[in-house]
Amino acid sequence: MSTPPVSTSPGAPLGTPKIRIRGLHKAFGSKIVLDGVDLDVEAGTSMVIIGGSGSGKSVLLRCILGLIEPDAGTIEIDGENLLTASRSRQDALRRQIGMLFQNAALFDSMSVGENVAFGIRAKHSDRNGATPSRAQALQMAGDLLKQVGLDPSVGDLSPSELSGGMQKRVGLARAIAGNPNIMFFDEPTTGLDPIMGAVIDGLIVDCVQKLGSTAIAITHDMASAQRIGNRAAMLYRGQLIWQGDASELMNSGNAMVDQFTHGRREGPITMELRK
Amino acid sequence: MNAVLDPIAALGRAALGLIKQAGALALFALEALSHLVRPPFYWRIFFSSLIETGFFSLPVVALTALFSGAVIALQSYVGFGQYHVQSAIAGIVVLAVTRELGPVLAGLMVAGRVGAAMSAQIGTMRVTDQIDALTTLSTDPMKYLVTPRLLAGTLALPCLVLVADILGVMGGFTVSVAKLGFSPSTYITATLDSLKTMDVVVGLVKAAVFGFLIALLGCYNGYNSRGGAEGVGSATTAAVVGASILLLLFDYLLTDLFFSQ
Repeated sequence: MSTPPVSTSPGAPLGTPKIRIRGLHKAFGSKIVLDGVDLDVEAGTSMVIIGGSGSGKSVLLRCILGLIEPDAGTIEIDGENLLTASRSRQDALRRQIGMLFQNAALFDSMSVGENVAFGIRAKHSDRNGATPSRAQALQMAGDLLKQVGLDPSVGDLSPSELSGGMQKRVGLARAIAGNPNIMFFDEPTTGLDPIMGAVIDGLIVDCVQKLGSTAIAITHDMASAQRIGNRAAMLYRGQLIWQGDASELMNSGNAMVDQFTHGRREGPITMELRK
Repeated sequence: MNAVLDPIAALGRAALGLIKQAGALALFALEALSHLVRPPFYWRIFFSSLIETGFFSLPVVALTALFSGAVIALQSYVGFGQYHVQSAIAGIVVLAVTRELGPVLAGLMVAGRVGAAMSAQIGTMRVTDQIDALTTLSTDPMKYLVTPRLLAGTLALPCLVLVADILGVMGGFTVSVAKLGFSPSTYITATLDSLKTMDVVVGLVKAAVFGFLIALLGCYNGYNSRGGAEGVGSATTAAVVGASILLLLFDYLLTDLFFSQ
């Protein structure tokens, strides 16, 4: 397959990026999922990565998080290569990251409050050794639940008693528990109705702004992408084929991006799939 | 030519697969054990697993042991009657229960109950990203999920087997006295005469090994499960079957080690 040309719109990030990825490769058996991804995410930027199913978006995030080991390439956070750093240094760099999973990934053996308290205790114990007591963490969890628009009494419920939107909020509360300066969002609005999707997007934007974090969100939802992001990129068959301002998503000038964002059946992506 | 070589190749592949699997299991166990000496240790998970493995398995293990002791007494009475050595029943019951039936039956019961539960719980956490979430929350999933369960399994099963030993002997005693006409004092004296500390100790050592294996197989299969509900189901089956087979294999090896002349 020929490599699609990478087009970059004016205003590409300058200076030392918070996250810099170069030549990232990952294959599962004969299936190449990431095929030389280069990506810069400036500090304070909210980068949205779009792309079809199987384009490598989730694998990219998981490589940065250390959940999947890439085959080749570099991943730098604040100029430090994660992949060649010592294990303890990798852990320290990754502790800066908060993650909201697609299905929230709440621990179903714990109550909602305990889920958030777990995040608080885990991150605090890493940073300065002074772990809050269980009672203190539960109290702090109540405050975090309020911050994401939930009544603290929800803390007593089990995750299975919550709706999808409420689970996402709890997942967000747990993700921000350690005041991360990098946040990842894996399809944050998937499975939610449009209004709840907008609410979650609003909470994400608020949290990212309040923490001053750098964010990467992956999504199929164009409305969500434009609400969350100020920068955007598109992955196609493991390669980054476009980067630009999120405001340009619907009118990027790139045929593949335009086809994807407008949901057109006809276009270069369909043509290639038919080959 | 292929008709000759293909079965050999298949056998070779199976053998290599088994060796690979055994190696992966051993590495998994070593990594989990290494966390025992590296803080933090998650005591809450440990105690919760200890109660789940030990306390909540008590009824099923107790009933199994009670009836097994009773059945051995009955069967021995019928069989030994042919040689007029019914007096050996008390010794047979206590040795069979403490050396073999207590640890093996308790192990198989716990493998079915707890090994399956561990595998299903950890497997569900795997396929719903909960294990990845632990990692993103700076928590080592091996340390948090596996190590406390291994320790709990290793400590809980000997306690269960001690109870199973007592109840198994009681089952034999009850049937022998109430149904077969033995004198209680004679039966108890014969039991105590036949029993050696080594029998109980070896049974408890076996139980500790079985408990470790059950927890290991449960955690290993759950931790490596893939593919949604079907994957979790397969992992659970593999955990119970694998633990049961390993348990019987190690039973033989330990018996050979401790009791062969």
